[in-house]
Amino acid sequence: MNVMQATRLVAAREIRVKLRDRTFLISTVVFLLIAAAATILPPMLSGGPSTVAVTEAAAGPLRAAGLEVLAVPDDAAAEQAVRDGDADAAVVAGPAVLAMDDAPGDVVSALSTEPPVRLLNPDAVDPVVAFLVPFAFAFIFFLTSQTFGVQIAQSIIEEKQTRIVEILVAAVPVRALLAGKMLAGTILALGQIALVAVVAVAGMAFGDNGTLLSLLGPAIGWFVPFFLLGFVLIASMWAAAGALVNRLEDIGGVSMPVQLAVMLPFFAVIFLNDNVTAMRVLSYLPFSSPTAMPLRLFNGDAAGWELVVSLALLLITAVGFLLAGARVYEGSLLRTNGRTSIRTAWRERETLG
Amino acid sequence: MYAVTNVLRLDGVDRSFGDRQVLRNVSFDVVAGRMTGFVGGNGAGKTTTMRIILGVLAADAGQVSWQGEPLSRDVRRRFGYMPEERGLYPKMSVREQVTYLGQLHGLTADAARRATDGLLERVGLAERGNDLLDTLSLGNQQRAQIAAALVHDPEVLVLDEPFSGLDPLAVDTVVGVLRERAAAGAPVLFSSHQLDVVERLCDDLVIIADGSIRAAGSREQLRSAYTTPRYELVVETDAGWLRDHPGVSLVDLDGARAVFDLAAGADDQPVLRAALERGPVRAFRPVTPTLAEIFREVAK
Repeated sequence: MNVMQATRLVAAREIRVKLRDRTFLISTVVFLLIAAAATILPPMLSGGPSTVAVTEAAAGPLRAAGLEVLAVPDDAAAEQAVRDGDADAAVVAGPAVLAMDDAPGDVVSALSTEPPVRLLNPDAVDPVVAFLVPFAFAFIFFLTSQTFGVQIAQSIIEEKQTRIVEILVAAVPVRALLAGKMLAGTILALGQIALVAVVAVAGMAFGDNGTLLSLLGPAIGWFVPFFLLGFVLIASMWAAAGALVNRLEDIGGVSMPVQLAVMLPFFAVIFLNDNVTAMRVLSYLPFSSPTAMPLRLFNGDAAGWELVVSLALLLITAVGFLLAGARVYEGSLLRTNGRTSIRTAWRERETLG
Repeated sequence: MYAVTNVLRLDGVDRSFGDRQVLRNVSFDVVAGRMTGFVGGNGAGKTTTMRIILGVLAADAGQVSWQGEPLSRDVRRRFGYMPEERGLYPKMSVREQVTYLGQLHGLTADAARRATDGLLERVGLAERGNDLLDTLSLGNQQRAQIAAALVHDPEVLVLDEPFSGLDPLAVDTVVGVLRERAAAGAPVLFSSHQLDVVERLCDDLVIIADGSIRAAGSREQLRSAYTTPRYELVVETDAGWLRDHPGVSLVDLDGARAVFDLAAGADDQPVLRAALERGPVRAFRPVTPTLAEIFREVAK
């Protein structure tokens, strides 16, 4: 049996155990519901075309514009229909448009001749969407790397706390143990995100939000490699943190730097997402690039080479953290008395590997 | 010397933690088909030695070989190990984790399942196989631990304090299983600080103190090597006269009962004759040292 086979066995166990974990299953279902609600509900709530109360004589152009026409005998009845809530708007002699508290844009434009419009930045995004999308990206990365990172740390601590680790280390290389856990965490995280993405895309198609989908497509495509490497980066830190302690209760003490490394970039991207300079910087920093770079792409600010450079930087950092995390893991795995300092773990290379 | 083909051999193993040297030139053999007891005080180096055999720790110098080959991970995977600090996954069923450990030791999924079923039957856990480990009683958890160490039908068994914390029934189960393995030709090395248990079980004995091996060999060899010419005499009245008998040094005197050593080369029969001249003799026998006495002598 080689390292690969051992890694696969370890990963398979981690996934099997996780898939039976009720907390994990419930949180996945909740995510899916949120994704479905966020994509299906808004178009439904904004309602279909407005209903216009109008005399039959003036109904022609409104019908032609696709509006729902409520035919009424005269202007007084039209006004009454609006007051009663039977219609969103009314068109009366003049012509004038009546509505309760909100000027009905679709009715107005159906009655007017608009000058031709030439968009200088046709890819620009609806401001609401422009706010929601960065938030969604940052939130998904934050939540997922946090959830699955903590799970990797917990699984490491469980093996130390129950002492089964000594049997494991006698049977398989330490590297295979760590690799198996990282692999399982990555598969579960990606699987959960993929499910959420499928539901979100289906929701957009269902809610007839095709334009948003075509805009999001490339950003999502790039988000995947950024997410993968970013996840490895964060998970390596969680693995090292987990290996340093022996009891689940002690994880708080060592995980602070990891929490900060996840949280600070999250808030930076959320609050600075309309500051071009800040976002440029954030899109190169390895901890924030997984969310910042796909966002700049989504907003049409990032050139192709920038994506590649940022991804390369992230790759180098992630590999560096993975090696360092593995070394700390190897150095502290069998120290089952109290907390191990990073320095000790770094120097100690106990096992044969 | 035994044929090297069926011997687990430690040769000149050193190990330090920082400035503290915990093993010094540790060499001994564990022979196939025999139970070897490994005894020593707390901190003498038993656990470190066993961890080095299993590759959980690296030796600074020296080597460990099995059947004449230095140990590699592939060889060690065929070893069975019960560490001193024990534990399994609390939230996994017994059957599932024993099967998993079998696979980690190189069994196919099918073989691991079959071996698990057989072993759970053997240690009396067949009915509880699908229960989560942490729902089992402590005694049953220990049985699961034994199954976990043996699931891959190991060639060599290394058990660190296998009897500590076991209830008497579990001790009997472990003893039974270990004897089976030894009879089937596996070398079995087990450590214990319960010298009476070791005395009852072991064929061979290795005594370690302060990181060095003080004595190693078969139980009989060690007994005779460390036997002083010591005798027990029980008479009818007072045995105090022994004090003045030539060549005798009294170890213990309690009225009619005396324990004494004879000077080197002195004959025991004249002492018996002298006793008979004074009255009836109820007992006269050589005293063989217990393991505890040998251990105290050797580990000094």
